[in-house]
Amino acid sequence: MSELRELYQEVILEHSKKPRNYRALDGANHRAEGYNPLCGDHFTVYLDVKDGKISDIGFQGSGCAISKASASMMTQTLKGKTAAEAEEVFTRFHDLVTGHGSGSEQDLGKLAVFAGVSEFPLRVKCATLAWHALRAALRGEEQAVSTE
Amino acid sequence: MSTVAKTPHEIHVAPAFDVQKVRKDFPVLDQKVHGKPLVYLDNAATTQKPLAVMEAIENYYRHDNSNIHRGVHALSERATEAYEAVRVAAQKFLNAADSKEIIFVRGTTEGINLVAQTYGRKNVGPGDEVLITALEHHSNIVPWQLLCEEKGAKLRVAPINDRGELRLEEFEKLLGPKTKIVAVGHLSNALGTINPVREIVRMAHARNIPVLVDGAQAAPRMPVDVQSLDCDFYAISGHKMYGPTGIGVLYGKTRLLEAMPPYQGGGDMIASVTFDKTIYNRLPYKFEAGTPNIADTIGLGAAIEYLNGLGMEQIEAHEADLLTYATSKVGAIPGVQLIGTAHEKAGVLSFVMEDIHPHDIGTILDREGIAVRTGHHCAQPVMQRFNIPATARASFGLYNTRGEVDALAAGIRKVREVMG
Repeated sequence: MSELRELYQEVILEHSKKPRNYRALDGANHRAEGYNPLCGDHFTVYLDVKDGKISDIGFQGSGCAISKASASMMTQTLKGKTAAEAEEVFTRFHDLVTGHGSGSEQDLGKLAVFAGVSEFPLRVKCATLAWHALRAALRGEEQAVSTE
Repeated sequence: MSTVAKTPHEIHVAPAFDVQKVRKDFPVLDQKVHGKPLVYLDNAATTQKPLAVMEAIENYYRHDNSNIHRGVHALSERATEAYEAVRVAAQKFLNAADSKEIIFVRGTTEGINLVAQTYGRKNVGPGDEVLITALEHHSNIVPWQLLCEEKGAKLRVAPINDRGELRLEEFEKLLGPKTKIVAVGHLSNALGTINPVREIVRMAHARNIPVLVDGAQAAPRMPVDVQSLDCDFYAISGHKMYGPTGIGVLYGKTRLLEAMPPYQGGGDMIASVTFDKTIYNRLPYKFEAGTPNIADTIGLGAAIEYLNGLGMEQIEAHEADLLTYATSKVGAIPGVQLIGTAHEKAGVLSFVMEDIHPHDIGTILDREGIAVRTGHHCAQPVMQRFNIPATARASFGLYNTRGEVDALAAGIRKVREVMG
């Protein structure tokens, strides 16, 4: 039970039920889709990048609690960051949820609640789906990304 | 010997179904997962294997391994005999008229592809139609899409109602002069719906249209009689009926099989080869190119023997009891919605829980030792029909118990507790 509680922390459940920045951006100049066909998780991430910074970010779609909360908290964390900074957070977040961290994941702030995912290897794909979509959006990739 | 009374087995009366005794035949069931006794409820994905199946495969490799239909030596003769005996066992299991109507394939998927690529390519042309139902598994959709794409034909889909039942009158309306083949599942893997195959066949045959039945889920759950159904093709998978992966059976009526071109070319499927002309072998070998999966065929034979020993009627009754019990137990949990509530249903309990994604349900149940499938179950059109991305699915097997259904219900309550 304790591992489950680690995974489904209150913050995560709360974000999954009331996701932040849950909207399509009219003025988005970058967007990308993340789609895991086997489990059905499907998100679109919208970015408005101005002067090299993510001035606005939103997402929409459907998925499990982990994928939705991760997308929601990602949007909160990355608003105002440069593309390079976002990439860096991506790497640290990835290290955190896969349990391959070298300590760099320690300054993730609120995102640290996802540490429990590393005990559930099958759920890493859920936690990272929106992040991979974000990366694709920043790189201007048009094909939907998948983490399956 | 003649004075010895016949045992119940010999007069084909299966002994009373004792699920606790049956469970002992399946070593994999005796384990803990995350510290809890394993409750394996993912039987529609694949079933566990009884010892008899594992031993049959091992014994074959230990004592008889050889190529078949070729050598004159003792091992080849034993292997050939064992392989061909399974053909006869499969014939009887499906009540086919003749053992040459039994083609060994990798599984249901390959069986359907075989028909699409041989019968289909020969008989479906531009503007023609292939009719399936909205309940189909991807394996009974995509082979027909490939065929239709190649031939400029059209795939038509008969709709289902809100209970997940085929709308038979709509199905019949879709049968027309352009319909060249009908392909339907016997038992839906996503919802458990049993299709009225006999009725479907009658309607199609009234218009001289052949019918293929995807029997992957039905074969392990109920007695199947292809002559009584009068279907033209029936495909099954060994691994869904307590046998090995990589082996299955395609049944086809002799008349159709004989008129069909071969599926793959190679050894064993020929009668004679010159560079000018090859004469194909007779049925069923025409469709079995190359050295087949001998060991797993023998494993399948052991699975059929095992099922016969328990009796398919008994298995059907046992699983019907489990499904009824599970439907009332799980259906009574607040916030749980059952998906697929057909009157004729078996083996499968698909459900969703309000705001909780099936993937989260699956993870939490797993921590309780309960294995269910979550996702679209390779039936995305079914999910789209119910406007859901996925379901959680408990699917029963002959070794499941009411106690395990209780564990499932308790697990689902735990899901609610964890997810708030």
